Amino acid sequence: MGKVLAVTGNQAIAEAMRQINPDVCAAYPITPSTEVMQRFAAFVADGKVDTELVTVESEHSAMSACIGASAAGGRVMTATSSQGLALMWEMLHIASGMRMPIVMTLVNRALSAPINIHGDHSDGMGARDCGWVQLWSENGQEAYDNLIQAIRIAEHEDVRLPAMVNMDGFIISHSIESMEFLPDDVVKDFIGEYKPKNPLLDIENPVTMGPLVLPDYFMEFKRQQHEAMLHVKDVVLEVAKEFEKVSGRSYGLFEAYRLDDAELAIVVLNSAAGTCKDVIDEYRDRGIKVGLLKPRLFRPFPYEEVAEALSGVKVIGVLDRAESFGGFGPMYMEIASAMMTNGSKPIMINKIYGLGGRDFMPEHAAMVIDELKEIAETGKVKLYKDYLGVRE
Amino acid sequence: MKGWKELEIGALTKAGSADEYNTGSWRAFRPVWIEENCIQCLFCWIYCPDSAITVKDGKRGEFDYMHCKGCGICAMECPGKKGKKAIVMEEEGK
Repeated sequence: MGKVLAVTGNQAIAEAMRQINPDVCAAYPITPSTEVMQRFAAFVADGKVDTELVTVESEHSAMSACIGASAAGGRVMTATSSQGLALMWEMLHIASGMRMPIVMTLVNRALSAPINIHGDHSDGMGARDCGWVQLWSENGQEAYDNLIQAIRIAEHEDVRLPAMVNMDGFIISHSIESMEFLPDDVVKDFIGEYKPKNPLLDIENPVTMGPLVLPDYFMEFKRQQHEAMLHVKDVVLEVAKEFEKVSGRSYGLFEAYRLDDAELAIVVLNSAAGTCKDVIDEYRDRGIKVGLLKPRLFRPFPYEEVAEALSGVKVIGVLDRAESFGGFGPMYMEIASAMMTNGSKPIMINKIYGLGGRDFMPEHAAMVIDELKEIAETGKVKLYKDYLGVRE
Repeated sequence: MKGWKELEIGALTKAGSADEYNTGSWRAFRPVWIEENCIQCLFCWIYCPDSAITVKDGKRGEFDYMHCKGCGICAMECPGKKGKKAIVMEEEGK
């Protein structure tokens, strides 16, 4: 058993990075992920890691340096938030298209405007189609565990894709919770030695990376990326099984909470799931059959498995901490797609909550469950998509 | 042509493959080297953006027409000898 300490989410991530000891880390500080790099930079300065820390002039450069270092053959990590991720945009696609297994922590924060530094998922959801594997974390412990597992997932021979680990800005990144760290040697053994594929520094075997590919071959390379994503689910489960052996903590593609016999269900990511679980317990005590599904792997999305887990549910409330203006929230779209794979047709409503760090309180979860209950009784939906916790 | 299963992931190709790719066909004007006017200053070699001036033993030789795109920079920079250019541009196909 490892050490149990009270730390912030950012500290947990920095500690995981110290234990992973990447070859190169290129980053530019941005709230709320700044503390990750601040603490990691101290590890570098104190000689606790062997990492080459590249202090760059922007996040675009940070991701560019990460790609270069990964192409050279290094194990590479970084961290960012919000506008930082937005500035990395074109490089995110290049990292995945070039199949660089870079691992990044994304401390979720709202995108401007208006400028706001607090937690919501508009950054991560915006990066949905960048070809990165996405893991989401309810708390510091999950973020720490996910980051260590992400190294194995990204670098797996059948995957070779970059991965980002999401956790809520401030709510998790700056809150102190007690959590358990694995011993250094356990992490070292778990992640193993990185074996780069065709590294540029192998001068005996020179290669060209990132060439121009015209219509005659472009689609073949995109099809390869799709194939790699198809392998991710199995790899995530295999890595989780091994992780459970060393940590005692079990992970799946998602967490199903009191869902087996549920007639009503909430689907929600990250920290708000904890609040919902407490409220679900209260409703369960009153005999109301409500459960929760908290996705962990968002890209690739495990459609069939999620559909199976939700197949007995009559009414689903999908909570999105990100907007797709003019459309349903991104999680709602995934759940709606998932339910198409097995033919069960629950009634589904979408609630946009918590934007820009707006508190998600137990009464909000209760409001959703009450509405789900009413829909189940009447069969009537007032609004399929609505805001939760907003002033008129 | 190869299918996606046969290709190296991430569009990895062998090093220096551009050397085998004929980009000289893009040219509208071709530079012509007039050796008698050449003082071997190698300005053309320095300024050429596409390494299309071949140099051997410190002296320039013929153009690499497989990669020269006919930008004309070499002709412009060429100081020539006694007012006569050692590189002139001629329209392709003439």
